[in-house]
Amino acid sequence: MAFNYDQYLRTEKMPTLWCWGCGDGVILKAFIRAVDKLGINKDDMCVVSGIGCSGRFSSYIDFNTVHTTHGRTIAYATGIKLANPDKHVVCVAGDGDALAIGGNHTIHGCRRNIDLTMIVINNFIYGLTNSQTSPTTPRGMWTVTQKAGNIDPTFNACNLAIAAGASFVGRETVNAPRKLEKLIVQAIEHKGFSFVEVNSNCHINLGRKNKMNSAMANLDWIDSITMPKKKYDTLSEEEKMNYLPTGILKQDKDADEYCDMYKEIQKVHQKERAKITQDDFEKKI
Amino acid sequence: MATREVISTGNELAAIAAVDAGCTFFGGYPLTPSSEVMHVISDLLPAKGGASIQMEDEIAGICCVIGAAMSGTRALTATSGPGMSLKAENLGLAQMAEVPLVCINVMRGGPSTGLPTRVSQGDIKQASNPSHGDYRSITLCAGNLAECYTETVRAFNLADRFMQPVIVLLDETLGHMHGKADIPTVEDVEAGIVPRKRFDGPADEYFPYECEATEPATLNPMFEGYRYHYTGLHHDKNGFPTEEIETCRKLIQRLEDKVMAHQDEIELNEEFMCDDLTGEEGEVLIIAYGSVSLAAKEAIKHLRDDGIKAGLFRPITIWPSPANKIKEMTDKIKNVLVVELNIRQYTDEIERASGRLDIEGLYKVNGRAISPYEIVNKVKEVF
Repeated sequence: MAFNYDQYLRTEKMPTLWCWGCGDGVILKAFIRAVDKLGINKDDMCVVSGIGCSGRFSSYIDFNTVHTTHGRTIAYATGIKLANPDKHVVCVAGDGDALAIGGNHTIHGCRRNIDLTMIVINNFIYGLTNSQTSPTTPRGMWTVTQKAGNIDPTFNACNLAIAAGASFVGRETVNAPRKLEKLIVQAIEHKGFSFVEVNSNCHINLGRKNKMNSAMANLDWIDSITMPKKKYDTLSEEEKMNYLPTGILKQDKDADEYCDMYKEIQKVHQKERAKITQDDFEKKI
Repeated sequence: MATREVISTGNELAAIAAVDAGCTFFGGYPLTPSSEVMHVISDLLPAKGGASIQMEDEIAGICCVIGAAMSGTRALTATSGPGMSLKAENLGLAQMAEVPLVCINVMRGGPSTGLPTRVSQGDIKQASNPSHGDYRSITLCAGNLAECYTETVRAFNLADRFMQPVIVLLDETLGHMHGKADIPTVEDVEAGIVPRKRFDGPADEYFPYECEATEPATLNPMFEGYRYHYTGLHHDKNGFPTEEIETCRKLIQRLEDKVMAHQDEIELNEEFMCDDLTGEEGEVLIIAYGSVSLAAKEAIKHLRDDGIKAGLFRPITIWPSPANKIKEMTDKIKNVLVVELNIRQYTDEIERASGRLDIEGLYKVNGRAISPYEIVNKVKEVF
């Protein structure tokens, strides 16, 4: 029997505002299947989104949903999670959202290792606002603000998340919806800050001036710049510069989670235990 | 009302008040001269099972507080001028989405980094509209140590009543003032807590933003079976984005009207030694608020010793301003002096309310408090 997406959708909000062929729909469906697989009650989950095409993600799904200001998903989600540690909180942000205006929150969300799942939809461009350069736009590509070609160096979102201390980091593309679904399942199951980058297409606002004027052409390009981590690891350092590895790139199951640690803080203040010492946690300095 | 005597500082009293009023979440960023609020509440909240978190910046501070408040908790943030400027955009989201929270601003010298450790009342105008767009801010201004406590408590109740952020203005003098204060007992505060309205009917009959033209939204806590949508966009009765003309108009008009139609529930003033002011020639009305009012009260005693009949009108709810009361007082008394630690920020509002352009002012913007003698001398000089 075909999977029933409608039970998780606000069907009265369809059709979405996303363009025909947009990868956001693939991600939305993969997310729904992941939540269904995990058997999470809709009332026990909050989905927080930012601004941009990805910002509308939250309005189409039937959970507790919050559409925040540009770049601030993690900050809002941190408040929701810390006040409700037993609930699931998921952030959905775009590349501009998570890496430009909200870059600081991304860094500190990773560092804090609070149990949130962050899905970054990376389409390499500001799509909703018509083709401005994003932190992930490849060098040389046309954007409406850099018509002679982008000269800004390109951010590698997963490397940033790993360096900032996220305990789960993974990447998938909309070319592989089943793998994406599995990665989201693993990310939500992971206790700690899980960072998932999804490479998606924007053939309208990235592709139209960069010789990828159809969804298929844009998806082929994504296919040409990504490869599974296992294969990627066999490449020389020089060859690696041309590819983004996919799959789980980092997972530390033993990292201390923020809400768990805060429970110990509460016990100290409630005089149920002595104060926290360095011995309580692994020394990682 | 039963009271208890405490020896404390303004910042500490504000933190204690929040916890007594049922606040269980604090998020913020260190910002002089407000930091002691976080120092104190980070001890108090975990003891009560709540949480206090120091975020990576001022923006994250207000955002996590809005998130916690959306989920149903009473939540607080505290900052000073530069932090208020950074929080402005997200305070706007809380106005638009009708999320109740309390934001304490311990005012210091500005603009920009200004005078971090010195007193000012330079954020009065900012407090009326920190974010872009149309909405009606509720701003309370403590005038003594006890009010650092009572106004913080009142702010939480007003926030839940009107479903919006409430700003509590302290200033550096009050925040760091250390002294005796008579404050209400915890039992009295707890008895006075008015929790936010909630909908108890079936979920499919729940429309969070469907309400009377002068009433706030009814936003149930998250995770309790009432799944709905928060957004900073113009939204319909379900909370979903819309550009429908009439829905958009009604929403923004309601943000204005829900406050202005209930000003009687919000307005609070003090009249000090005004009882015997009848409008005779030579009488002086001083208008001051915040820590300046302490100097003004002292000045009034000296002026009366010198045979000048003077009184103080002190707005405690600064925004919306007590315009009718200002009109009534300034219609009666000819000699009006406004004393502020800024340049005319509230005088403009008093001129608007009174319709008079001959209001005298004593303004000080060098980071130092105004002394009673400066006020006495100014009164003798101009009237």
